[in-house]
Amino acid sequence: MSKNLIELKNLTKRYNDMTAVDSINLTIKENEFVTLLGPSGCGKTTTLRMIGGFEDPDEGEIFFEGKLLNDVPAYKRNINTVFQRYALFTHMNVYENVAFGLRVKKVSNDEIDRRVKRMLKMVDLAGFEKRNVDSLSGGQQQRVAIARALVNEPKVLLLDEPLGALDLKLRKEMQIELLDMQRSVGITFIYVTHDQEEALTMSDTVVVMNKGVIQQIGTPEDIYNEPINRFVADFIGESNIIEGVMLEDYKVSFDGLVLDCVDKGFALNEPVDIVIRPEDIRIVVNPDEGMIKGTVTSVVFKGVHYEMIIESDKREYLVQRTVMFPEGSVVGMNVQPADIQVMKRGDVPCSKEEEEG
Amino acid sequence: MQKAVKRIYMSIVFLFLYAPIIVLIVFSFNKSKSRGQWGGFTFDWYFDLFKDRQIREALYFTLLIAVISTLVSTIVGTIAALGISNMSKIGRTVVLNINNLPVLNPDIVTGVALMTLFISTRIELGFVTMLIAHIVFSIPYVILAVLPKIRQMNKHTAEAALDLGATPAYAMRKVIIPEIMPGIISGALIAFTLSIDDFVISFFTAGTSVTNLSILVYSMARRGVKPTINALSTLMFTTVLILMLIINKKTDKGEDIII
Repeated sequence: MSKNLIELKNLTKRYNDMTAVDSINLTIKENEFVTLLGPSGCGKTTTLRMIGGFEDPDEGEIFFEGKLLNDVPAYKRNINTVFQRYALFTHMNVYENVAFGLRVKKVSNDEIDRRVKRMLKMVDLAGFEKRNVDSLSGGQQQRVAIARALVNEPKVLLLDEPLGALDLKLRKEMQIELLDMQRSVGITFIYVTHDQEEALTMSDTVVVMNKGVIQQIGTPEDIYNEPINRFVADFIGESNIIEGVMLEDYKVSFDGLVLDCVDKGFALNEPVDIVIRPEDIRIVVNPDEGMIKGTVTSVVFKGVHYEMIIESDKREYLVQRTVMFPEGSVVGMNVQPADIQVMKRGDVPCSKEEEEG
Repeated sequence: MQKAVKRIYMSIVFLFLYAPIIVLIVFSFNKSKSRGQWGGFTFDWYFDLFKDRQIREALYFTLLIAVISTLVSTIVGTIAALGISNMSKIGRTVVLNINNLPVLNPDIVTGVALMTLFISTRIELGFVTMLIAHIVFSIPYVILAVLPKIRQMNKHTAEAALDLGATPAYAMRKVIIPEIMPGIISGALIAFTLSIDDFVISFFTAGTSVTNLSILVYSMARRGVKPTINALSTLMFTTVLILMLIINKKTDKGEDIII
C-alpha cells in the first residue's frame, strides 16, 4: 500500500460571508490520480489553490509528507500546477517556458538542456523549442504547460480544469495522454473538473464536492453505482431519483409498489431516496409483464441508444435502451434488485450557511 | 466615380490639416528673410540654430527634462498600473476616474494650478518645478498605456512563476515586467513625446531661469518671426513625427496603445 502524501484536515476558506470550502478532510496517496469534481462554485478550485499555496486557509491544516504546509509559500512547495488557460509566459519561446523552473533553481545549462529536451519529447513537442507560445494551438499550449510543470519533477501535479478550453475530440485525446503521462512519471495528480465523464474516465479516486463540502469520496465505480445521496446521483450521470420508504431490510416501497433491493441497515419505514439509472430499466412489450406500467411520451435518438421518457400513472422515468419503442405505446418496465440504489435522506452534507438558512 | 470622390475628399481634409506645416517646412529652407517671398533654397537657418547659444541651451533643457520625466513617470506609472490592476472593482473604477481627470483637464488649468501650488508652497519656479510638472502630467498617460497590457496577461501568470519556484521579486523581474514591456515602452514614448511637445504647462512652471524649446519659440515669435523659428519648429515636428511613427509601428504589431 502506498503511503499518504497529502492530508487535508478541517480545511476551511471563507470569502467575506461566503464559505467556499467548509472544513474538508481528505487524504491523498502517492501516485494517486485524484479528481475534485463538482459544479462551479463548489470549492474545488479553492481547495486546489490552497494546496498550491495561492490561497491561505482560514482554518485547518495541509500536511505534505507529514509536515505542515500552511506557512510554506507557494514558491517553496514541491508542487507544480497546470493553470486554467495555461498561463504560459508569452514573451518566452517554448524552450524557455519549460526551462523556467530549472533556471530559477540555478540548474546547470547542460542539465537544463537535457531535461527540457526530454520533456518536450515526452509531450510530443520536439522541434518546437524556438516557437513562440502564442503561435501554438490550444492542445500544444496545453502540453507546454504540462511540460513546464513536470520538468521540475514535482511530487504532486495540480491541474485546474486543464482541458476546459479544448474542443471535445482534442479533450478526449488529451485525457488519454494525461493518463499515460501520469502512469509513466509516477506522480500524484490532483485534478479539478466539472466534467463528470472526465472524472470517471481518468481517476483512481473521485471526490465529489458541493457548496464547499465533500459529498462522497470513492472510486469511479463506487460513485456511479452507489451514490451516497441525491446530489451525487444527480451530478454523476443521469438518473431517476424517487422518494420512497424502506419497509425493512431488502424491501423498499414507492408509488404503492414494493420492490426487492440489496440494501439494508435502515430503520423500519425510514424515508429514503431511490436511484435507478436510465440504462438499468428494462422494457417489456407486454405491459402486464412489467413491475411498472407506462406510456412512452418522448423518444430521442442519442447515437449509442434511444432515450425515452416513459410516464407511469405516478411519475416520469428516463430510460435508455438500444431498442426503440414508439411514442404512445404502452409498455412494462422492470428493474433488477441490484440496480436499485437506496440512499439515506436528510443526511445530505451541506454548508453551515445552508443549515442556518 | 464614387471612389474618386472619396479620394478627393480625403485629400482636401489632409491638405487643410497639413498645409500649415508644409508651408512652415518649406519656408525653413527659404533664403529670403521675408515670410511671403521665396528667395531660393538654403540650409542656413539650420546652421544658425546650432550657432545660437540660447537655442542650444533650450534644446539641452528640453531633452534633459524629457529624459528624466520619462524615466520617472514610466517607473511610477507602471508601479501604479500594477497596483490598480490588483484593486477591487470599485477601487479600480474610482482610481481610474481620478487618473483620467488630468488627461481631460485643459493644460492651462493644470499649468496655472501647478504654478499656484509651487508659489504657495514657496518653491522657487525653475528647472525642478518644470521637471515635477512634466512628471505629473505624464504619469496618467503611462498608466493608461500599461494597464491594457496587464489586463491582457493571463491572471495566473504571476502565480505560475511562483509555482515554478520564483520568489515574488524574481517573478516581477523575469516574468511580469517582460510580459508588459510593450505597454511600458509605449507609455515611455508617449511621456517623452508629451514632454517635448508641451508648451502651456512648461510656460507656467518654468519661471525665468530655464527655457525649453517651446517657450523659446513662443518668445522669439513675439519679437517677430525669424526664419530660424521655422527651422526649429520643423525639427521639433520631425522629432514628434518620428516618435509617433515608432508608436504606431508598435501598434501595428498587434500591441495595444491608446491615444
